[in-house]
Amino acid sequence: MTIAARHSGDVILKLDNISLAFGGVKALTDISFDVREHEVRAIIGPNGAGKSSMLNVINGVYRPQHGTITYHGKVRHDMNTHDAAMQGIARTFQNIALFRGMTVLDNIMTGRNLKMKSSIFAQALWIGPARREELANRKKVEEVIDFLEIQHIRKTPVGRLPYGLQKRVELARALAAEPSMLLLDEPMAGMNVEEKQDMCRFVLDVNEQYGTTIVLIEHDMGVVMDISDRVVVLDYGKKIGDGAPEDIRVNQAVIDAYLGVAH
Amino acid sequence: MEDRQDTFPRLLLHHARVRPLHPATREKDLGIWQTWTWRDVAAEVRALACGLAAQGFKRGMHLAIIGDNRPRLYWSMCAAQALGGIPVPMYQDAPATDLVFVLTDAEIAFAIVEDQEQVDKMLEVQPQVSTLAHIYFDNDRGLRNYETVMSYERLQQLGREFDAANPDFYDREIAAGAATDTAIMLYTSGTTGKPKGVCQTHSALISAARGGIEFDHLTADESILSYLPMAWVGDNLFSYAQALVAGFTINCPESGETVMTDLREIGPTYYFAPPRVFENLLTQVMIRMEDAGAIKRRMFHHFMGVARRYGAEILDGKSVSMGARLNYAIGNVMIYGPLRNVLGMSRIRVAYTAGAAIGPDLFRFYRSIGINLKQLYGQTETCAYVCLQPDGDVRLDTVGLAAPNVELKIGDNGEVLVRGPMLLKEYYKRPDATLESIDADGFFRTGDAGFFDDAGQLKIIDRSKDVGKLANGMMFAPNYIENKLKFFPHIKEAVAFGHDRDSVCAFINIDLGSVGNWAERRGLAYSGYTDLAQKSEVRQLIQECVEKVNAELAGEVGVANSQVRRFLILHKELDPDDDELTRTRKVRRGFVAEKYAVLVDALYGGKAVEHIETQVRFEDGRTNMVAADLVIMDAKTFAPTTKAAA
Repeated sequence: MTIAARHSGDVILKLDNISLAFGGVKALTDISFDVREHEVRAIIGPNGAGKSSMLNVINGVYRPQHGTITYHGKVRHDMNTHDAAMQGIARTFQNIALFRGMTVLDNIMTGRNLKMKSSIFAQALWIGPARREELANRKKVEEVIDFLEIQHIRKTPVGRLPYGLQKRVELARALAAEPSMLLLDEPMAGMNVEEKQDMCRFVLDVNEQYGTTIVLIEHDMGVVMDISDRVVVLDYGKKIGDGAPEDIRVNQAVIDAYLGVAH
Repeated sequence: MEDRQDTFPRLLLHHARVRPLHPATREKDLGIWQTWTWRDVAAEVRALACGLAAQGFKRGMHLAIIGDNRPRLYWSMCAAQALGGIPVPMYQDAPATDLVFVLTDAEIAFAIVEDQEQVDKMLEVQPQVSTLAHIYFDNDRGLRNYETVMSYERLQQLGREFDAANPDFYDREIAAGAATDTAIMLYTSGTTGKPKGVCQTHSALISAARGGIEFDHLTADESILSYLPMAWVGDNLFSYAQALVAGFTINCPESGETVMTDLREIGPTYYFAPPRVFENLLTQVMIRMEDAGAIKRRMFHHFMGVARRYGAEILDGKSVSMGARLNYAIGNVMIYGPLRNVLGMSRIRVAYTAGAAIGPDLFRFYRSIGINLKQLYGQTETCAYVCLQPDGDVRLDTVGLAAPNVELKIGDNGEVLVRGPMLLKEYYKRPDATLESIDADGFFRTGDAGFFDDAGQLKIIDRSKDVGKLANGMMFAPNYIENKLKFFPHIKEAVAFGHDRDSVCAFINIDLGSVGNWAERRGLAYSGYTDLAQKSEVRQLIQECVEKVNAELAGEVGVANSQVRRFLILHKELDPDDDELTRTRKVRRGFVAEKYAVLVDALYGGKAVEHIETQVRFEDGRTNMVAADLVIMDAKTFAPTTKAAA
């Protein structure tokens, strides 16, 4: 399967002149880039470059001081986390954020939360519509479990799983929300070669099978160059490169940022 | 309508008629067990067979089947047979290059495979296998952009159209089949030379299945878990032949990793597993018991002691005192019952193990907690049907009595010879090999050396070609020694040398799970197999095991001189990917001896340390080098304690 076989669609997310500061610290300065439908878009950069801040701006955790976000044609100053989720943006976190005492299945079920309409009482008593709803949602969750090949740990508490599998469970929870855009914050950090290969395959499978747009932050250059369609490079909160992986590879500013340069 | 039940497709029609709503196949899919009745299966097979026919599959052709145990792959076997074709199941974990020989030898034109992984392998070998033209897949995941392959659903759709246009076709094809037709071709794993295609007829498999069913009184109400490789004769006998003869239910697990959970959910009544599965289960139980609370642990050990003393006797129906029975009954409520439940073995009436020797402690453990575990003996060429252990007379060191309709004798050279309806028709395109394996009286040479004990039960010593002689002329049976070593949970694999030598030496692979746990409890840090294997504490642990084996050997007739003088722990695990083991995980002795000739020389040359560097191949095809300085250990040997050995 080659990447060329995938086709990117129209621009669905556009960020214009985003600036974000915490007090005197400028996390992001005047950053503009866009994300096309169905593409795999990577954000790379050295530590502290502002990559995670960028994701947090996209799904509304942070409110930028300047700039606009255009998502699905609607222009706004900032996103709001609930809105972002309702509009099909799901994410995973750099530090795994799962309920450690709950089983894999229950954790993934939480990803369906927004799709459940019945009242808390009906759910607690498991009556009528709540029951039907849960069964329907459980089926969706099972499809995700099948897709990510984690059947064998379905009933295992998350806290007992190795790191690589926890990452996969987190991806499963994000997928359970049936997102149209998936934000992945360092999905392969801390994994061994085999786990990375598996994860790459799952990310590409998600992209192919469900047509999900993927925005990912990743440090492993091999991974980024292999799986992404376009790459944006940040350094000290500024954008220093944007383009296809082969262009980024030869971009002098990017090389300097990664290898360091005498000032 | 005539009801001859002498071929598998006719058996399928028979069950669809007499027990249409009885579950035939179950598979766990999306977390829920799905059921197909015999009537459903008959319809599935019919559509598939017609689809294959529409695509040009003809009588006498071979159909490659590759994948995990999926209902559709079992149905594919029956569909091929309905058309007079011959299914050829292959090992799903074999790399593409290993499949080329079999695909070419069997002139495969049609292949039904499980998923993308297998489709990729087929496409990779297609340029080398000129006949391979049609590839069908069960699971469409990741395959939407593949153009030259077709889905199983689409094939069945074509079949339904073909069936509508030619309504008599299917019944006519089944009617044209004969019991003497080849029903399946299974390739032998090939410990020596190229694999050979073993052709088994419908009548051979059906008579083997019928014999086993009568022997153990199996009915249509049995339920089994089908999880062993489909290319292996045992799975074919249990999950296909016996299921179709008796009409019982097969259950396909969700994936290879969920087998233990699925086992518990299904609670099979009839179970088959190679010794290593039973061993892994026991290891898990023991590790969990080590971590349990003090009261539970004490209770467990107390009642396991009771079980060890009386359990097996009670199961065999022998006379045991009233007090012991009462004690065992309490243990059954407190420990054995719950334990069987945790193992998924509450409902088991008959469990079999075969394929390798099972350790006496292991065997006795399962029997003592009330699981009717027995051994059987057979090979691909005999439909895995030669000897069975009868209820009530199960001995640890024999494989049982000749199965119904099987004639058994020992040849002049000590080789086990068998004759019966379950023998192979021929080796495919190898008349020379066929002639060589069956003698003038129609007895098949098993290649195993064995003898009958006082009760007429067969005892297998070793492969007859492996049985050698020490330099002093005494018998040397490497497998016998290796098995004794492997019965220790800490030892995963062993290779013994000694033919034409003056003493016996051995290579040992430690069991990473078991020794790892042992090291953990002692606070012994290690980074991986190679590191752990070379710890001096581990060497001592293994030395104790070797010396225990030596003490045992000293007390046995004929093998007292085969005590292990020197041994070393290998720096890497023997692996089929490095050609050191066969796909069925048997050691390729000659290959190992050649590959590690340096180490063998060091063992016999009296060296204390030897440096070795070896290339290892990973599952994804990458390679890496492993280097280590191996320390060679001397083991204590004992003076023979039996008179005959002197």
